[in-house]
Amino acid sequence: MKSHVWRPLYVVIAFIVGILVFRFFYVPNDFGSGKRGFMYSYHRKSNEAEWKKQPAKYGVTGKERMHEYCSACHSAVVKVRNEKYHGVIPCEDCHGPALNHPEAPEKLGIDRSRELCLRCHTSLPYTTSERKRIPGIDPKTHNAGEQCVLCHNPHNPRLEDMK
Amino acid sequence: MERRDFLKKCVMVVVGASVPLSALTFVDPKKVLAANPDIQWAFLVDTNKCVGCGFCVKACKVENDIPLDANVTRTWVERYVYTKDDRRYVDSPKGALNGYTESRIDLGKGEFKEIDPKNVGKAFFVPKLCNHCSTPPCTQVCPVGATYKTDDGVVLVDRSWCIGCGYCIMACPYAARFFHPVLHVADKCTFCYHRLSKGLDSACVNACPFGARRMGNIHDINDPITQIIMNERVGVLKDEFGTKPQAFYIGLAQEVR
Repeated sequence: MKSHVWRPLYVVIAFIVGILVFRFFYVPNDFGSGKRGFMYSYHRKSNEAEWKKQPAKYGVTGKERMHEYCSACHSAVVKVRNEKYHGVIPCEDCHGPALNHPEAPEKLGIDRSRELCLRCHTSLPYTTSERKRIPGIDPKTHNAGEQCVLCHNPHNPRLEDMK
Repeated sequence: MERRDFLKKCVMVVVGASVPLSALTFVDPKKVLAANPDIQWAFLVDTNKCVGCGFCVKACKVENDIPLDANVTRTWVERYVYTKDDRRYVDSPKGALNGYTESRIDLGKGEFKEIDPKNVGKAFFVPKLCNHCSTPPCTQVCPVGATYKTDDGVVLVDRSWCIGCGYCIMACPYAARFFHPVLHVADKCTFCYHRLSKGLDSACVNACPFGARRMGNIHDINDPITQIIMNERVGVLKDEFGTKPQAFYIGLAQEVR
């Protein structure tokens, strides 16, 4: 065959070899498939460990264990809580992430904003929803602009218990 | 007895006596499984319990460093409102990051629809997140092998390998993926893989005051989540896509997709 056929072919072959050589050095060695096969789990194996290493921020899991952890120092506040009312809310929802709390962060914030309470206590006309079980107010007419904690105790909002 | 037989039996007795007792105990499959747990993470959402407070969305964004102001989120809560004149409205302003504090429906593009409270038929909230499908379309389409399903059933994105082409974002039928505005890679719910491996619940499960979100090992028959999925009426989203979602929903309506 004449060289005008072979020459472009050499170029193509050189190009392919070049790509394969580049790929050999560029792609990490730990690429491989997991249990799910090539289609679903072809990946860099060390990435799983990288994800596991990500730092967590929120603390002790579950409501019961969170209360236990917090009551070691803040037992007075935890005792006030009523499981029928705000006792179900994890402390970190209002006080922020607290994984290594006594050390870092040393002090936790307190979100006293009206918006935080309105997440659950805005009155919505949804009679079939679980939302209706929670006492709701109209934020425009119920002491608009004021912080809820001025009148209500966030740890036990039952008005009878406040007296 | 011949001498040959006597020697044979002697050898048998000596060998038999030298086998330790522990080698003869039966293998307990439960103990073997406990030593090498076969984990397959699954999510269970009880839509009856959700009140749309959005604490899960906030906790997820804080835990996973997703910018709070950006209009992207790994998990979100949708509101469904059906009126008595048979209209259906769905919205999820900011993915319910700040909860639902208004009764008007966000139609998008700055338009809102106020619904007469007397006209509201039924309404409910549905938390959503990545379904961590058994056969995820998003991992199939990745051209570089940057997204994958782990052996314990979680779909992850390799942030250092992702080229940000967005194929997976298009491929996901649940719109669970988004483009990370800071890192410029595809991002999605990881079931808080870093927390799971430390023995903690995921951030959204931890934050939910009402127990609407739960997680468990679907390969463990004694897991409370597995018991609910086996014994109660649960549904999955967009079953017809063949993605085999691993997020199960109690109290699903046909409009929720």
